[in-house]
Amino acid sequence: MANVSIVLVSHSSKVTEGIRDIITQMVPAVSIGVAGGTEEGEIGTNIDKIKQAIEEVQGEKGVLLFYDIGSAKMNAELAVEMNEYKNVHVVEAPILEGAFVAAVEAGMGKSLEEVQAAAEKNYRD
Amino acid sequence: MELNVANTVKWMTLANEKIQENKTYLTELDQAIGDGDHGINMARGFQEVEAKITATDYDNVSDLLKDVSMTLLSKVGGAAGPLYGTAFLKLSMAVKGSETLDFPKFKSGLAEALAGIKQRGKAEKGEKTLVDVWEPLVDYLNGQNSFNAAGFESVAKEAMEATKDLEAKKGRAAYLRERSIGHLDPGSVSSFYIFSSLAEVLKEGD
Ligand SMILES: Nc1ncnc2c1ncn2[C@@H]1O[C@H](COP(=O)(O)OP(=O)(O)OP(=O)(O)O)[C@@H](O)[C@H]1O
Ligand SMILES: [Mg+2]
Repeated sequence: MANVSIVLVSHSSKVTEGIRDIITQMVPAVSIGVAGGTEEGEIGTNIDKIKQAIEEVQGEKGVLLFYDIGSAKMNAELAVEMNEYKNVHVVEAPILEGAFVAAVEAGMGKSLEEVQAAAEKNYRD
Repeated sequence: MELNVANTVKWMTLANEKIQENKTYLTELDQAIGDGDHGINMARGFQEVEAKITATDYDNVSDLLKDVSMTLLSKVGGAAGPLYGTAFLKLSMAVKGSETLDFPKFKSGLAEALAGIKQRGKAEKGEKTLVDVWEPLVDYLNGQNSFNAAGFESVAKEAMEATKDLEAKKGRAAYLRERSIGHLDPGSVSSFYIFSSLAEVLKEGD
């Protein structure tokens, strides 16, 4: 995990798996953690899964979190705040396009801030 | 009023009972303007809350409320999880160190909880979310010197009913824009169950 890592937070594990497949095909050198669906595998989000995904891919360059709708963002932010992670940021960008752009940038060895800025470009309100 | 460990356990147990009884109703409300999981989410979360707190011994209300929060955060699965989880966490933090809660402490704790919900959901009053029940209650308590169970419950009920005419600006229902008008907000209804349970428990203890 020499590069910035990514965590995908979605209401569905199919979404997180699918996005990971799309990204790793082009960028194999970036670790991608997934937190899709609830504990029971239903549609929803789960803060414990998010925490686990972050810890699985955390390296010295940090982690960027991408989320889909509603509770995904709230749980992503809560997971970061409650565990007081450093170098773990929630990114304001569409989950697929944002994570894809971020992975490409991360794969080039860019810093957390650089990767986040690239992903948020065009999207931040 | 006094909220102690025993009647806080009662409060949560009664809230769980009401939520289980109305699980289908809450889900129907959420089907109309959301994804139809609010009853399931709340029933799962509060079932776990009751299991957790009835199996644990507590020295003080703050620790109990913290467990309520952590359980809801982990188990609910939808927006209600981080929102109620944050609310009970703020309430627990606001009363840290006190074995029981008197009215002034409860009042300020509830205000902190409301602030937490608003910050977490980036929501304001009038956006057809549970804030539309919590905020009128906090405002009502601010004008009171002691806890009046009947008054508290009726403010909660009116506030819950008033969400029907609102257009949703936050949460899943917001995607429906004006189509959300004419339906109660599911989270406001579940908040009503939580607060009416509190009123019932405190009324008994008079
Ligand atoms: N941003 C928000 N701020 C405040 N309250 C909200 C917000 N979003 C949703 N809610 C409240 O949560 C209730 C819905 O809870 P529920 O558990 O069904 O979540 P959900 O919307 O299905 O979650 P998800 O975002 O995972 O789809 C709404 O009725 C509303 O009261
Ligand atoms: Mg729902």
